[in-house]
Amino acid sequence: MESKENVGAAVQIEGLVKRYRGRPAVDGLDLSVARGECFGLLGPNGAGKTTTLRLLLGLTQPSAGAIHVLGLPVPEQARFARRRIGVVPQADNLDPDFTVEENLEVYARYFGLRPAAIRDRIRSLLEFAELSERLRSPIRELSGGTKRRLTLVRALIQDPDLVILDEPTTGLDPHARQHLWNRLEELRAAGRTLILSTHYMEEAERLCDRVAIMDRGRIQAEDTPRALVDRFLPRHVLEIREPLKDRTLLDHERCQVEAVGALTLVYSSEREYLTSLVDRLGIARYLERPSNLEDCFLHLTGRGLRE
Amino acid sequence: MNGLWRRLPSRGFSAVWMRNFLVWRKLWIPSLIANFGEPLLYLLAFGYGFGQFVKTMDHLPYLVFLATGIVCSSAMNAASFEALYSAYTRMEMQKTWEAILSAPLEPADVILGEVSWAATKGLINALAILIVGFVLRLWSGAMILWALPVIFLVGFAFGAMAMIMTVLARSYDFFVYYMILLLTPLLLVSGVFFPLSALPSPVVRVARLLPLTHAIELIRPLLTGRFPHDVFAHVAVLVVYGIAGYGIATAVAYRRLQR
Repeated sequence: MESKENVGAAVQIEGLVKRYRGRPAVDGLDLSVARGECFGLLGPNGAGKTTTLRLLLGLTQPSAGAIHVLGLPVPEQARFARRRIGVVPQADNLDPDFTVEENLEVYARYFGLRPAAIRDRIRSLLEFAELSERLRSPIRELSGGTKRRLTLVRALIQDPDLVILDEPTTGLDPHARQHLWNRLEELRAAGRTLILSTHYMEEAERLCDRVAIMDRGRIQAEDTPRALVDRFLPRHVLEIREPLKDRTLLDHERCQVEAVGALTLVYSSEREYLTSLVDRLGIARYLERPSNLEDCFLHLTGRGLRE
Repeated sequence: MNGLWRRLPSRGFSAVWMRNFLVWRKLWIPSLIANFGEPLLYLLAFGYGFGQFVKTMDHLPYLVFLATGIVCSSAMNAASFEALYSAYTRMEMQKTWEAILSAPLEPADVILGEVSWAATKGLINALAILIVGFVLRLWSGAMILWALPVIFLVGFAFGAMAMIMTVLARSYDFFVYYMILLLTPLLLVSGVFFPLSALPSPVVRVARLLPLTHAIELIRPLLTGRFPHDVFAHVAVLVVYGIAGYGIATAVAYRRLQR
């Protein structure tokens, strides 16, 4: 149904720069997200994730570069782009002066929608969020997980093509997180484009078709979660949780060693080699496991603690 | 760099107004009593107490003279309070503006919605006093209806000026200065309690530049069955304050909200 130029990328960013008092928060970012894709933006605090998302929405002016969202230039046409974008912010900003249901009605008006005209839609969104029993609850009585679910369906009020989620599960307990992940998987299955920023590698691995690791305002690497790990690290890792007395036993032809504080990580493509190391090193506190996105993240963004 | 046209408000501002109206509707009785109490106290204390000694002022019974002034000052206070404390709460504490701005609304819409709501609050409060005055037979006649759009305009002008403070403010403390150093002196020199002619002429010259003076010169005649002089000039001053206040507040809001 869509015309040719609409079939293009959901998001296209070229040479994006955003400086605050001369200091770059985003420093020459190129990024492309296809329609229907779930894209994860990973990075340490201060990497520029939130700034990038704000730039996408036209909520802040870029210092340089070009942004197109759903085919529209941003910030020039941000107002029109936002008609088709749902936003789940990092911190909940539900309206405390209204009940659960009223929050959706009031938010619909900001999109020029009359609540009476979308009554059915509001009901089905509240069902989707499993909030049908809490229509008249004031916001302050909701738990953190419930608030997030309401924030998520609020972002869907105008049936957006693209949903942007800034750390959607930060601060949630495991149940609430699983619940939200299930909802996001349903959205993804329905073909909606999702862009999410997160600190949780597990979240990215589970939800995202493609992830980008961002650091110092730039994308350091991007690919599918598995391909990204494979590109930078061998498949297996021995995580040693005690000080190593004799490092000379490690054969650098067959493994790759990284230190994270008191932890030593030994990567290898040969699992048997790692198993044999346990005996030879005489270690008691260790874990042998497959390498994952978190290892890759730490590998790419440096081991030091960062403010 | 970015076209100024993008900073013109859209019709979407009415959704912001509506949001505030819906909240007010939930709590309108306590809200009205709170905002209504103070002007009524002034009216009783000064009007009846002071009025025993001063029978007439500017050819009007003192109670009438004072009440017409208080209609204006209550619109001023209610609109200012709404645009300062309430709007700041929505901007900083509740993050209501942040949520609105991720919808297809811009700071220009939010500021216009907030200022027009502040004007509405001013009108609601003034209306309550108008009704009391009507019941007390302080005024009567169809000319009162002309006062309503003027009161809204007064509220808009003060709401817009207060909004500049709000988008500049880093905390609520800021607003005390605005109320005490700006609005209170304004109240004293603009002809609410006594006519301007009682003031030294340099003060009068300053008072002539202030919006409340012009509000009173329009409202007092309208409520006492006379047609005001220089209608166009008085209205123009209020419109200029309203538009300038809105323009400055919006420009500052873009800098603050789109960092």
